Amino acid sequence: MLHIINKSPFERDNLDSCLRHAGPGSTILFIEDGVYAAMNGTTMADKINEAMGDLTFRVLGEDLEARGIVDKVMDGVERIDYAGFVDLVTESDKVQSWM
Amino acid sequence: MNDEQIIKQFMYVNRRAPHGTIYAQESLEVVLIGAAFDQDVSVAFIDDGVYQLVKGQDTKKAEVKNFSNAYRALEDYDVEKLYVEQESLESRGLSESDLIVDVQMKSADEIKQLMEEQDVLLTF
Repeated sequence: MLHIINKSPFERDNLDSCLRHAGPGSTILFIEDGVYAAMNGTTMADKINEAMGDLTFRVLGEDLEARGIVDKVMDGVERIDYAGFVDLVTESDKVQSWM
Repeated sequence: MNDEQIIKQFMYVNRRAPHGTIYAQESLEVVLIGAAFDQDVSVAFIDDGVYQLVKGQDTKKAEVKNFSNAYRALEDYDVEKLYVEQESLESRGLSESDLIVDVQMKSADEIKQLMEEQDVLLTF
């Protein structure tokens, strides 16, 4: 399943809840303000690192660029573009958007 | 003394990230408008508001407005007191060198004290 996170993890608990509920093999994609979760050195980074065994993490490059944090993405979170976003959605059996 | 000569201390408190919602952009508009009234203005960046000042924002592909350069123009409007909360910056993996403008770093306790000193607080 593809999980989409579009809110800052420091403002909402969307990502926390998603990490508790995402099944093994799921992909989590950060878009919009969700991309702040993909940064190095934050208080969220450990939680994401711990989840990397079971989950795959992706981040939307266009939204990283808009926020000036392209060079601050943590290892293990792969950057994709809008076309990759479309591919990810079409390849996924289900999509859950954590609004 | 008439009302027009009374100068109050205004603090604008920014606590939202720049592009996901309209709060940051609206706050900046209000600060720039308010600057025309010759008040004692300061702007505090706390919580996700610190993201507003991150340098290198390039919004072309995301197709949203890049208003981050406008923070550098604030001093031209005599808005020179920009406070950034240390704890908010550090917990987000950022440091002062990541910011687009010169700011005064403040602890949460110091921000609290500054808030107490204000006449008017507007939070976005």
